Amino acid sequence: MFLARVYVTLKPTVNDPQGKTILGGLKTLGFDLATEVRAGKYLEIKLSSPERTLAEAAVEEMCRKLLANPVIESYRYEVEEVIPRS
Amino acid sequence: MRFGVVVFPGTWSDEDCYHVVKSVLGQEARYVWHKDRDLSGLDCLILPGGFSYGDYLRTGAIARFSPVMEEVERFARRGGLVLGICNGFQILCEAGMLPGALMRNDHLQFRCQWVNLRVESSRTPFTSECKEGQVLRIPISHGEGNYYADADTLASLRAKGQVVFRYCTPGGDITPEANPNGSLENIAGIINAQGNVLGMMPHPERCCEASLGGTDGRFIFESMLKVLA
Repeated sequence: MFLARVYVTLKPTVNDPQGKTILGGLKTLGFDLATEVRAGKYLEIKLSSPERTLAEAAVEEMCRKLLANPVIESYRYEVEEVIPRS
Repeated sequence: MRFGVVVFPGTWSDEDCYHVVKSVLGQEARYVWHKDRDLSGLDCLILPGGFSYGDYLRTGAIARFSPVMEEVERFARRGGLVLGICNGFQILCEAGMLPGALMRNDHLQFRCQWVNLRVESSRTPFTSECKEGQVLRIPISHGEGNYYADADTLASLRAKGQVVFRYCTPGGDITPEANPNGSLENIAGIINAQGNVLGMMPHPERCCEASLGGTDGRFIFESMLKVLA
């Protein structure tokens, strides 16, 4: 069994009003060190696959087809083998 | 003329569209459930507004893989008219039938209000009854109508006359103040290169009767009728 952690983020050229608003909130709380926030999505996907390469290929295709919109977003992921809980 | 009104789980503007087509325009209409693949006998498709699949992941991202969408694409390739309104526009962008993407409004608020739209092109089947530069008053109702496309795509849309509507002042000026959601270049509606698939964020189906505060939406439906006649 594998666990994929998928990170979907806005491309650097795309404006992120959510991130700006969150940054404003952090500033209000006194976190003056914060200079920029980019909000994105984090997904955990469990895969039942006999081997890592198969799992990775599936996650890559998931990202391309559905999880990220290539017009505005980029993605990256990590695939880790996990022991299923009995 | 026979209109198909496509219904996804979470679509809510379907009855408004159906009402306009059937009762206001006196045309034939039928609903097309998203799992159906039968578009036979239809002259035109409307993808109405709403929150298909709860807008989870991204607006329109899940709906675009509904079984009916393959048929919608085939229908469009054959030259059939497809009008995507609000969530329908978002679905068409996700499906790659229109370029660009619709993002969260820049102020993060949901906006339900009347806006003014300048008709940038009357050489489309959806605006042939309008004059270029005419200002239409049509309501919007969305939280994610912030049109984005990269610089090359925008330049191409401009060059090919694919920008059909821009948010404007009542006098027809394109200003930042008239832009309700942060859309690049005040874009409110675009058409595909083939010229038969239109996506727009404002809701023409909500302003086809005087009792609703305006009738400018009729320009769009009546343009389609003229083309289909």
